[in-house]
Order: sequence, then structure tokens, then C-alpha cells
Amino acid sequence: MRWESWSQFWDMGGYGLYVWGSMGVTALFVLLEIWQARIAHQNALALAATEQQDKP
Amino acid sequence: MTIRWFYYAAPPNFYALAGRLWPWLAALAGILALAGLWIGFGLAPADAQQGEGYRIIFVHVPVSWMSMIIYLAMAFWSILGLTFNTRLSGMMTRALAPTGAMFAFLSLWTGALWGKPMWGAWWVWDARLTSELILFFLYLGYMALTSAIDDVRRADRAGALIAIVGAINVPIIYFSVKWWNTLHQGASVSLTRSPSMAQIMLWGMLLMALAFWAYTLAIVCYRVRSLIIERERHADWVQALPEVAGVKS
Amino acid sequence: MNILVTVVMRDLRLAMRRKSEVLSAMFFFVVVAALFPLAIGPEPAMLRQIGPGVLWVGALLASMLALSRLFEVDHRDGALEQMLLSPHPLWLLVLGKMLAHWLLSGLPLVILAPVLGLQFHLSPDELALLSLTLLLGTPVLSCIGAIGAALTLGVRGGGVLISLLVLPLFVPVLVFGAGAVQALSSGLGAQAHVSILLALLLPALFFSPWACSAALRIALE
Repeated sequence: MRWESWSQFWDMGGYGLYVWGSMGVTALFVLLEIWQARIAHQNALALAATEQQDKP
Repeated sequence: MTIRWFYYAAPPNFYALAGRLWPWLAALAGILALAGLWIGFGLAPADAQQGEGYRIIFVHVPVSWMSMIIYLAMAFWSILGLTFNTRLSGMMTRALAPTGAMFAFLSLWTGALWGKPMWGAWWVWDARLTSELILFFLYLGYMALTSAIDDVRRADRAGALIAIVGAINVPIIYFSVKWWNTLHQGASVSLTRSPSMAQIMLWGMLLMALAFWAYTLAIVCYRVRSLIIERERHADWVQALPEVAGVKS
Repeated sequence: MNILVTVVMRDLRLAMRRKSEVLSAMFFFVVVAALFPLAIGPEPAMLRQIGPGVLWVGALLASMLALSRLFEVDHRDGALEQMLLSPHPLWLLVLGKMLAHWLLSGLPLVILAPVLGLQFHLSPDELALLSLTLLLGTPVLSCIGAIGAALTLGVRGGGVLISLLVLPLFVPVLVFGAGAVQALSSGLGAQAHVSILLALLLPALFFSPWACSAALRIALE
């Protein structure tokens, strides 16, 4: 391993804010997108379930 | 072979296929991401000029690539949709757009966070960043147009046209911005000058790129299934689906 | 060829009955060009630098104002459907409408620009080049803008939506158009810029009537 300690890892040689700001926001958006997709799917299923089948 | 392709153009068949695929793609994305991050953050050394800060490229470059690839994919499905008049093509394009827009935004965000420590400014009118900004606008334009038109089929076709026109323009825009950038001496910074890459850094970046690719495929498969259910909900096959019947009861 | 002239003359005649619309685009251009020095300061050296860019953006925005109306009137009174059904090729009729739009919204700006350029202390050479670049660039806007207008026909929020769709596509023309004048000012030649503007104009003229026809059919089915 490259890193001697956790604090060194978080610090990223002084660039911690930028590196984790990038990684963090990316991870956040990915998680939000997954969450949004799940909700959209549930809504679609609910919408389909309310469909009245027109029997001739 | 033609018959096989058109088999999956039918919504129920594609719904089933996408349903089988997305879990595997998601798992693949997870594994590749872990491997990529392990290499990128665990094994790769610090850069000679940029120190540890260069590690942003392990997300910046993949999301930039994906934002461009997704737009091309949208143009591809758009051409298919306008040519063969298939409903599914419009759904695929719509399913791709939000992810592409997100990646374009992340490319700008991570680019800014990379530029600030390296070159002292949150934003530089670098050719690539500027083109990425315009690409982001193109995504927004597509999404605005398709959501503004009430008739779904018309919205799909209008969106397809604007996606194609945009795709044709993207290389023109990129080269014009590149030209503009080199003319103005002030913009001497270049975010395109990546650090001289050790093998291991390249491997990390490649794995992350593949991870984002797999993730995109997974999320798009998942999202298009929702669109299919929403649009085809009147059909018998949708009503017969266990997941729909489950909600009803 | 006859039908092209007919379409253009018809649009011109219709526009003349509502002169205010044509004039408002020109006034917008004049006002915008005056706002920038007011906002930034009257220093001649700086105005010379920003002048071409300001005038180009002003022309762009003024030209876009008239776009949402391009097909709207014909759509409302059913003339547009007639155009789709007519034996004449739709792309030719569309080209006529694009030409009329340019004559009403582009050409006046080309003529006005040198006058406004005097406010920015541009030299006669620069003014001439500015007019030339606008002459080559504003038709492209009419062409690409028409596609946007056709796609957003009858859609709410049409005007702003057209801008969002069309402005990113217009960036290359803006870059080379305004850049040409700046190149001239800094002593480099502008021949390359003008050639590229021409290279952007010709394909736009060839392909956009066809793309716009496709967009109209999508909008009206």
C-alpha cells in the first residue's frame, strides 16, 4: 500500500479537498441517479397497475 | 440475421432482455470500479508534477469519455428510430439522455476541481472544457425539447432530429473552439496535457472507464424498462407481468 | 425558382403589414449595442476590443427574436399544412421562408452593424469586415434557427426553447465571425476566418432546408 496512514490518505498530499470533492460528488450523483431510477420504476409499475382493462 | 435484430425491437422482448442484463452489468460495474479504484488510489504512485492531485483523472477522464459516447449513442438510436419508426429507439434515446447530461456535468465539475489546484482557476476556457460545456447545453436542449412536447411520439421524433443535428455539430464545435483557444494567447493552460502516464495509471483509468461504461449500460437498461412499462401499460403483456400484478393485489 | 420568389414575396408582404415586428428586432440590436458600453465603460481601447464580439452577440440575439414567429402565423391559419401538401418540394418552400427571415431579420443587422460599430471606435477596415462576416453568418442563423422553429412549433415556451436549442449549434459561426474582426485588429489576416465562415454557410444552406422539412413533418403529423 502506498499510504502510511488513513490521515495521509484523506489528505492526498494537500489536494484532499479537490480529489475527494471530485470523487465524492461523482459518487453522490451516481447514487442519486440509481435512487431516482428505482423510484421511477416503482411509479411506472403503480401507474400500470391502475390501468383499467377495457374488456369488449 | 435481420429477423434477430428486429426481435428485440419489440418492447416485450427488449424488456425481458434488459431485465436479465442489468443486474450482471451492475455487478460488473461494481467489480471494475473497485479494481480501478484499488489501482488508482492504492497502487499508482504520485505524479512528478501534480503530486496526489492528479488522481482526479480516474473519474474525470471516464465521465468525459462517457458523456461523449452517450451522445453518439443517442444519435445512433435517433437515426435508427427515424429510419425504422420503432418506438423503442425513442425510449432508448430518452433513457440515455439524463445519464449523459449527468456525466457532462461531472466532467465540468471534476475538471474545475482539477484545474483549481493545478492552474489556479476554477474555470479556464480550455478547448475541451468549453466543448464539454456546449455538449452539456446540447443535452439540456434535448431534454427540454422532449419534455416540452406533450405528444410522446412527436417528442421522440423531434428529439431524435435535434440529437442528430447536434451530433453532426459536435466535431465542428470542438474544432472551432480548439482554434479559438489557440488564437487567444491568454489561454495557455491546457487541461488536455495529462501527466506522463505510468503504465499502472493507465490501467487504473482504463478500468474506471470500463466501470462507467458498464454502469451506463446497466442504468440505461433499467431506466428503459420503466419507460416501456409507462408507455405500453395498456398492452396485455404488461398487465400480465408479475411485478404489475403484484402491485395490483 | 418562381415558387421561391413567390414564397419570399408573400412573407415580405405579410411582414410589411406588421412592420413593428421587423423594426423591433432592429431596435433590440441598437439597444443591446448601446447597453454594453454603458455597463462596462466608455474607454475607447477596451470598446475596440469588445466591439466585434458585442455586435456579433447582439445580432445573434436580435435575429433569434423573430424565429419563433417563422412558422407560427402560417401554422395558425392552415397555410403550413397546405405547404406540406403542395406539389412543390417542401425544402424549396422552406428555403423561401428562411430567405425571407434573413431579409427581414439578418440583412438589416448587416447594414446597421457598421453604424453601431462607430460607437465602438472600430476602423473602416474592421467595420467592412464586420459587415462581411455578419453577411456570411446571419444566413446560417436563419437556416439553423428555422430547424429549431419547426421542431418547437406550437410548443409552450417556444422562444426560449429555440434559443437553448440553436445557440450551442451556432457557436462555431460566432467564434469565427467575431474572431475574424479581432484577427484583423491584431494584425493577423482574416482570410482563414472568412473562408471557414463560407465553409459553414454552404453546407448549412444545402442541408438545413431538408432537415427543416423533416422537422415540419414531425411537427405536423
